[in-house]
Amino acid sequence: MVLKSLTGNYAVALAVKMARVDVVAAYPITPQTTIVEKLAEYIDRGELDAIMIRVESEHSALAAAYGSAIAGARAFTATSSHGLLYMYEWVNWVSRARVPLVMAVVTRTIGPPWNIWTDHSDYYEQRDTGWIQGFAMDAQEAFDMTLQAFKISEDPRVFLPVMVGLDAFILSHTSMPVEVPEQELVDEWLGVRTQGFIIDGGEALIHGALSSPEHTEEFIEDVGKAMGEAVEVIREVDYSFGRTFGRSYGGLVELYKCDDAKYHIVLMGAWAGDAMEAVDALREQGYSIGVVRVRYTRPFPGEELYKALGSSKGVIVVERGISFGSMGPLFLDLAGNMLKYSRKLPYMRNVIAGVGGVNITYRDFEYIAKETIDYIESGGEPSVMTWYHARWSK
Amino acid sequence: MNSIPILPRDMRNTVLPGHAACHGCPIPMGLKVVGAVFGNKVILVVPACCTSVVLGMHPGTAFNGSVVHVAFASAAAVASGISAGLSRRGVRDVQVVAWAGDGGTADIGMASLSGAAERNDDFIYVMYDNEAYMNTGIQRSSATPTGAWTTTTPLGKKEPKKDVAKILIAHGVPYVATTSIAYPHDFYNKLKKAAGIRGFKFIYLHAPCPIGWRFDPSLTVKVAKLAVETGMIILYEYYDGKVRLSGPSRPLLDKSKRKPIVEYLKLQGRFREINEEELRSLESYVESSWEWIKKFMQ
Repeated sequence: MVLKSLTGNYAVALAVKMARVDVVAAYPITPQTTIVEKLAEYIDRGELDAIMIRVESEHSALAAAYGSAIAGARAFTATSSHGLLYMYEWVNWVSRARVPLVMAVVTRTIGPPWNIWTDHSDYYEQRDTGWIQGFAMDAQEAFDMTLQAFKISEDPRVFLPVMVGLDAFILSHTSMPVEVPEQELVDEWLGVRTQGFIIDGGEALIHGALSSPEHTEEFIEDVGKAMGEAVEVIREVDYSFGRTFGRSYGGLVELYKCDDAKYHIVLMGAWAGDAMEAVDALREQGYSIGVVRVRYTRPFPGEELYKALGSSKGVIVVERGISFGSMGPLFLDLAGNMLKYSRKLPYMRNVIAGVGGVNITYRDFEYIAKETIDYIESGGEPSVMTWYHARWSK
Repeated sequence: MNSIPILPRDMRNTVLPGHAACHGCPIPMGLKVVGAVFGNKVILVVPACCTSVVLGMHPGTAFNGSVVHVAFASAAAVASGISAGLSRRGVRDVQVVAWAGDGGTADIGMASLSGAAERNDDFIYVMYDNEAYMNTGIQRSSATPTGAWTTTTPLGKKEPKKDVAKILIAHGVPYVATTSIAYPHDFYNKLKKAAGIRGFKFIYLHAPCPIGWRFDPSLTVKVAKLAVETGMIILYEYYDGKVRLSGPSRPLLDKSKRKPIVEYLKLQGRFREINEEELRSLESYVESSWEWIKKFMQ
């Protein structure tokens, strides 16, 4: 094990290299670009024995990655925002084809207006595509989650593509010390690629042919079933990763100071660190509060979240995105999934914040939490959904 | 092309009975030649087009080789990926063939085609050209010729046909050829030649569609042949920086040897209402194509 100073993007690129991918097909877009640049450098300098397909668009990036994956190669691509939207047709195609593959999504606001800073709207828009979707908090987790993504994607119970989300700039371009394991250990833990089928001309194999409604329904239902299986696989992979490399994250959800907490902030991404800092400060002021950090949004960790939040006095879901005309996607998923376990939901509030990359600090989280808790404690009913505009970002 | 080989009999073992093509469809004719060259050592990459339907419905198949059906704009990109994947796995005896229509090539697939060509990725791209969107019901494509009726050009197309082979030559790829389903031996030889070249190979296949062009299904080969004999379609190969005319087109360099293009047009209902101006535009398109050929034969 060595300690290296890496940005989120370089951590992803290094994990991809250490997973010994065969093919990288990618197209540059800010803020994902440094992942592609670093991988191109690894390949051209002979540090990674792989083929780089320097495609002319994101639509082709995922199409080419898919082509190599369906032919038996371990494949990777990465993108952001408009690039992700441009490849949207292929995002759906890959998961329905049940082809293992990994993609990093460096989350960035969708235009117009042009904006390169982070929010989670691009990532949220993929939630119905059939991809397993993880979201990292820091560079170490971006590294670990990328390695885990290959293992999850290639598990025979799953055979679905995996997306690794990380925030633009505050994670993608910010350095921190990352523990990098020995290559031999990674090789041993990850193993060789497995997939459901390989198209290599060895037999007459037709993939994606016209199908009847009944057959199609069966294929689509199977994607849902694989998602169900993936819940356990993600837990197992995180556990075995911890046993091998000494770090695990608690599966699909990470809990921070939740053991005795009456109130909870629920969120995902790099700003979870700020929320944790706010919780530290709030606890010193006598507030009983913890952070529930969602690591995977697909499959949605309903069971974990119900366990953590079912008896909460107040759940504050803070998110960098909104489904226009409705509420925040994470909030909607949470509310819907909690109903699987109980008809009676705790008090829940949805705070939309940091959209368009507006900087949210620990002081903002402190303010949001206090406002909500004080309302509830005084018997008031704050609005279920609200926009929060940063007070301390300047 | 020097000699006319006898096509292997097993070409019938690749395209199987029971496919879903219309009567007189040129697609099985073309695919049989692909089968004659590669047997089942082929992976077809097929974007949305008539072939997606022709090959039959799951769990059946009318193609005794591997087929990967892909999203419309992506045949070239997926073929690039498969080629890279096979190369990483050391599979060398299987030919990757992107098999796409004119819509999937000249229109929506142009960017991914251009990308793969510029990268010189190692596979064969076949554009079978039935000169409109036939699978969706005869809408114009950029490869529809001037004057042709389609459901989106009810009074005839105004613009000239996009010449995709020329665009690929401009990319500097190692091999470009034009072929016609009326000349299977020529198509066979060109596929064989392409298979022996590393890098990106583009083969244009002229493929008259009886439904979309409004002619009797028994006339597919005759119509295809007339396209060549009138000089509308010119069969050639391009490699090492030079155009070389192929057998059937070679004598037609001499304009007097070409049949009048009305012989070709009059068999097709889509040209029934062609006017004088459109006819002249077609004639000048043919003339300029031949002038271009002459320049690049030097």
